[in-house]
Amino acid sequence: MLRFILSRLLQAIPVILVVITATFFLVRTAPGGPFDSEKAVMPEVKRALEAQYRLDLPLHEQYFAYLGDLAVGDLGPSFKYPGRSVNEILFSGLPVTAELGFYALLIALIIGGTAGVFASLKPNTKLDYIPMSAAMIGICMPSFLLGPLLVLVFGIYLDWLPISGWGDIPGDKILPSITLGAAYAAYVARLSRAGMLEVLSQDYIRTARAKGLPEWQVITRHALRGGLIPVIAFLGPAFAGLLAGSFVVETIFQIPGLGRFYVQAAFNRDYTMILGTTVFLSTLIVLFNLVSDVIAAWMNPRLRAQLGGGQ
Amino acid sequence: MTFIKPFLLSCLLPLLLIACGATESNVVQGNRDGILHYGNGAEPQGLDPHVVTGVPENHLIRALFEGLTVKNPITLEPEPGVAERWEFSEEGKVVTFFLNPEAKWSNGDPVTAQDYVWSWNRALHPETGNLYAYMLYPVFNAEAYSKGDVSDFNEVGIKALDSKTLQVTLNAPTPYFLQLMDHYSTFAVHAPTLLKFGKMTDRFTPWTRVGNIVSNGAFTLDEWLINRRIGMKKSNTYWDRDNVSLNGVVFYPTENVVSEERMFRVEQLHRTEVVPLEKIPGYRAQEKSAYIQAPYLGTYYYLINVDRAPTDNVKVRQALALSLDRDKLVRSVLQDTAVPAYSITPPDTLGYYPPQIFSYDPERARQLLSEAGYPNGEGWPGLELIYNTNEAHRKVAVAVQQMWHKELGIDITISNQEWKVYLNSVSQRDFQVARRGWIGDYVDPNNFLDLFITDGGNNNTGYSDPVYDDIVLQQAPRATTREARYALFHEAETRLMEQMPIIPIYTYTSKHLVHPSVEGIYPNLMDSLNLKYVTLHPGRTLEAANE
Repeated sequence: MLRFILSRLLQAIPVILVVITATFFLVRTAPGGPFDSEKAVMPEVKRALEAQYRLDLPLHEQYFAYLGDLAVGDLGPSFKYPGRSVNEILFSGLPVTAELGFYALLIALIIGGTAGVFASLKPNTKLDYIPMSAAMIGICMPSFLLGPLLVLVFGIYLDWLPISGWGDIPGDKILPSITLGAAYAAYVARLSRAGMLEVLSQDYIRTARAKGLPEWQVITRHALRGGLIPVIAFLGPAFAGLLAGSFVVETIFQIPGLGRFYVQAAFNRDYTMILGTTVFLSTLIVLFNLVSDVIAAWMNPRLRAQLGGGQ
Repeated sequence: MTFIKPFLLSCLLPLLLIACGATESNVVQGNRDGILHYGNGAEPQGLDPHVVTGVPENHLIRALFEGLTVKNPITLEPEPGVAERWEFSEEGKVVTFFLNPEAKWSNGDPVTAQDYVWSWNRALHPETGNLYAYMLYPVFNAEAYSKGDVSDFNEVGIKALDSKTLQVTLNAPTPYFLQLMDHYSTFAVHAPTLLKFGKMTDRFTPWTRVGNIVSNGAFTLDEWLINRRIGMKKSNTYWDRDNVSLNGVVFYPTENVVSEERMFRVEQLHRTEVVPLEKIPGYRAQEKSAYIQAPYLGTYYYLINVDRAPTDNVKVRQALALSLDRDKLVRSVLQDTAVPAYSITPPDTLGYYPPQIFSYDPERARQLLSEAGYPNGEGWPGLELIYNTNEAHRKVAVAVQQMWHKELGIDITISNQEWKVYLNSVSQRDFQVARRGWIGDYVDPNNFLDLFITDGGNNNTGYSDPVYDDIVLQQAPRATTREARYALFHEAETRLMEQMPIIPIYTYTSKHLVHPSVEGIYPNLMDSLNLKYVTLHPGRTLEAANE
């Protein structure tokens, strides 16, 4: 198992390096630069700015200088927010986005998992069709529609919940978490239903039933563990996706997270910020994929035996 | 599995209960404590007056700092700020500012004339990279110093005669110079504070952070949570603190205009930065409306590349301009939130009214197009109109496309470009017609007319007229009276509109929602707000205003 983890970590390094290199050169080929603005920038001012950000150096020197800084964990100063480093901006937004992602995932797991498991117990009945149709709607409904809808109903007409902010007013985390979690809940529901259906038709479930276990014990003791493997495998990429994709929800609810900076950075040609967030998020995605693979392997006895080798 | 449902309820119910437990709104709380909750549009780039640019930054910096002069919130005429009075020499080329002896930095240090010398050196220094360095170019030798042609700052026309007297020598009499003293790029900064964190020209130091920053305005920085809020407290060293009513201001980065309007509706904000277009009719229909709209010192226009066919022909340009029904456009597309424009300078720019040499005249437009060789649009080679990706710009472009098709029988293609791509296309002059907007930095026709001087940095049209250049650059600055000067500008602008390198579309308006409990936010051409004049009156609610 340890060797498996180590080899995956080693494989990750070239992947991330390719991501950095591609991003570094791609953002510089995009038309327009970080200092272009609607009012003409005087050439002498532009020169001074480029010198301050090392943009006056040849491209390959900029690249290696960036890699050098990155090696010591320095993502450089932001172009758009002078006086702030990319590290600082990332770490100010990360806890918020991570918290939002965590709640969203929790909601996705509880609601989606429950719905999926229930649906799998009575396939092709009302108990199956209703939650699965709801899940389909959930997948199809984009967060920029669901968010304002929830705000209108719960925030404005019913006046139950705050409609913006994060941690300022009690309850302001509920609507964004539901909005972000809904689509993932739908995926989880479909994945867990499919996983459970497959497991429930296996011989070992029949054996469990044959030895007289009550049905709920068959489900919780035997079926769930196998049935939820697809969900676990989905969690790693899902969490990374939640981090990177929370932009819409953060904008609707005025949440001070990472997603807003990520998208704005691209629009602003904030080179260091684009690179910083890309490097950071790609590292996270690689890590989460690894973690979910490890957990899935551990939950699956066959895979565990393979990886464990002769031990 | 039946335990899941009670579990869920037990998780969510307390949360709902907390949420429902009527928490006081920001507005109610703010009215009681004297705190204004202010929708500020976006997260600021920063707070360094010589480094950042932008409207949200302007609001913040002008709350924290004060210039030599401030603007009267109603008339926009200059009033005493750090300078309690000033004197112009007879020919108007030397201005002496007498600093208020009570003007202090937030750490108690007096604000001195030397602070201004040091700060203007920083603002103009080539290494600082100040985008607004040109604000000080009316000062003798400032431009040469900024471009590196003069290396000794002592040769620039600014002198501290003593600690409270500042003498500024100008290149020529500059009627709008006092207005520039209220622009943040001319503000003084506290030298010892900056030097504690780096050298004078550094852009990246943390001197503007909470706990570090020393400022001289009506408010001091109290809290800065990135993308969340910026809190300020009333300064206890500000010279005019007895006339400051607010105890503090909280600025919110309200990037999403729809969310901002919702925040206003549930009384989380006293004032919004903008109002979504589709919400405006609803607010207007209310009897005591929170909606405030005022003319704004900005023009929305189409830039024409005069070196590319078919717009290299002045008759084509005129035909395009004359065939637009601006009244209809403003009414139907813009919900009456703009004023039709027929020239570049907005009307009543400190008493200046631009010429109107044409109006909506489809008959004449068709005739002009025919004279240009395209009768009824026959043989029309096509035209591309570019705009930066934005729903509002798209709507205007589509309306213009239809009007040209209907009135002139010509077809154009409209293409959106992402913001930086669009900026690049315009600056490289890689366009035929491009959307453009210009917001004035100070209230003077010069700010609009010097855009179109030959090879000017913002003149991307290719328009060049030596007579126009001479009037704007030479004759107008030498005019001795306001009337004479405005007459010259009028002449220049008439020449400009005869050649039509731009198609003016409309004059902007500022649009805000302001809670009935707020007083002292006056609509004006600059959308300029001085928070020291703002007062809060508890007990006034949004509902009560409309009962």
